[in-house]
Amino acid sequence: MSPHQLTAHALLDLIKSGKISAKDAYGDVLSRIKAVDGRIKAYVRMAQTEPDFNGGMPVPIALKDNLCTKGEEVTCASRILKGFHSPYDAGVVEKIKKSGGTILGIVNMDEFAFGSSCESSCYGPTFNPWNLECVPGGSSGGSAASVAADEAIWALGSDTGGSIRQPASFCGIVGLKPTYGRVSRYGLIAFASSLDQIGPLTKDVGDCALLMNIISGYDQRDSTSVNVSVPDYTKALVNDVRGLKIGIPKEAFVEGLDAEVRRSVEDALDLLKKLGAVIKEVSLPHTPYAVATYYIVATAEASSNLARFDGVRYGLRATPAKVRKNALVDMYEETRSKGFGDEAKRRIMLGTYALSSGYYDAYYLRGQKVRTLIKNDLDEAFKDCDCVLTPTSPTVAFKVGEKISDPLSMYLSDIYTIPANLAGIPAISIPCGFSQSGLPIGLQLMGKAFDEEMLLRVSYTYEQNTPWHTKKPNL
Amino acid sequence: MSISREDVKYVAALARIDVPEDKLEGFTKTLAGIVQYVEQLQKLDVDNIKPTSHAVPVGNVLRPDVVKPSLTNQEALAIAVEAKDGFFKVPLVIE
Repeated sequence: MSPHQLTAHALLDLIKSGKISAKDAYGDVLSRIKAVDGRIKAYVRMAQTEPDFNGGMPVPIALKDNLCTKGEEVTCASRILKGFHSPYDAGVVEKIKKSGGTILGIVNMDEFAFGSSCESSCYGPTFNPWNLECVPGGSSGGSAASVAADEAIWALGSDTGGSIRQPASFCGIVGLKPTYGRVSRYGLIAFASSLDQIGPLTKDVGDCALLMNIISGYDQRDSTSVNVSVPDYTKALVNDVRGLKIGIPKEAFVEGLDAEVRRSVEDALDLLKKLGAVIKEVSLPHTPYAVATYYIVATAEASSNLARFDGVRYGLRATPAKVRKNALVDMYEETRSKGFGDEAKRRIMLGTYALSSGYYDAYYLRGQKVRTLIKNDLDEAFKDCDCVLTPTSPTVAFKVGEKISDPLSMYLSDIYTIPANLAGIPAISIPCGFSQSGLPIGLQLMGKAFDEEMLLRVSYTYEQNTPWHTKKPNL
Repeated sequence: MSISREDVKYVAALARIDVPEDKLEGFTKTLAGIVQYVEQLQKLDVDNIKPTSHAVPVGNVLRPDVVKPSLTNQEALAIAVEAKDGFFKVPLVIE
């Protein structure tokens, strides 16, 4: 195998034993990007500075376009941030650099992470390596596609309602959304501050544990970061699920779930049962309200977070030809109208509506209360289960253009992933099969807060007993 | 409840977004669809339920009030669209 095809742990073994240099490994991945990215379009720009190859873990990594990296342009795939060069490193970027990670470049996303298909980017869509007519999922579509196409050894993404897990599922790789507060959000350009988490997208579960070791931990600069000790996640890679209790929500296997996805997830359940896990039916009666709750809470927070993009300080500034109100307000409006794409405008307006006088109680406050009900359901389920298993997404990757004109149908592709964000708990997506059409299928495991280890253990056991993670797309 | 063209104009103005006439219909339609979808939340009884603003309970986080190194004026203004005399410059506000 060429270095670009390897997992991080396999590559690190080769580097440590002197069979390949960190610089050559990096060069090999760059050649792969040159060879295939014209078709995938995962990268929006390559790193401007040559990395230092002398660190302890020189793994070539791709970063989502919403993670601030000193000296690099960071745009959230939006025209409004074009030309913004971050004057500082995000907490996770600092940690990646400290570990010796070698940054390849910046990868595509839905504008401001608003989307589930990577189509709302100002750079145009990224394509699914398994079928170039399909979307890679989103919003971390560039992160997932780059790893699946061997254009990066691993990648970082962010997940507000499923933006790591759904693209991981669509691209046949592993994606973890850590517990809220586990990983510092300092330097992550905010979408919905009470839901956003940064996490790894990797080729296997072992790499997921390794990358979690690098990025986890308390950071004073993120006041929602939680000061609890970080375990060595690689110790959770145990091939044994005997006696573990896995909950299956009866609400998860209902209408809208694709038959092939359902079959693959049920097969996975049978396998876990054979391997000694105890399967229990649980009820999460309020999860059918999760998407509606999310689109109130997340857009309300987004409308507030995105108020800072007004042309005053950095990024785009536009002024209209004719005076409409006054010079300053005209500049705000022209900048925001020219800078944001339609989906960003839609979500800002929806969030503004939910927070506006007269509607706050009916929408935002009610949304936060339903959020409590959804969280309570999960708390109840975890009294009797070690983790909860569902599909990651109700379908496999859909066609480019299929859902872009119907935002609601796009939102519904996050139906299984949103509850974990609302409850702040960790959740992972791992490959569990392929459709007849050759597209990857993923399953999701949700765990108790700060129990990423349980998710890694069950995922690792499943992976050790299945071939899915070894499959590669034909490019 | 439904969203009208007037509502969209009002909300757009609050959000400092200029929606041109030819886009108004499209935004009204999609926003009305989403608002109609979230109406399902009205079915639930939430009378005695406390709102969750953060899933993981965290209190106010304080730090000692001491001066530490941060971005210099020059570094901060290096990304400015327009700067003058050490400040960000904006269009004239008061005549």
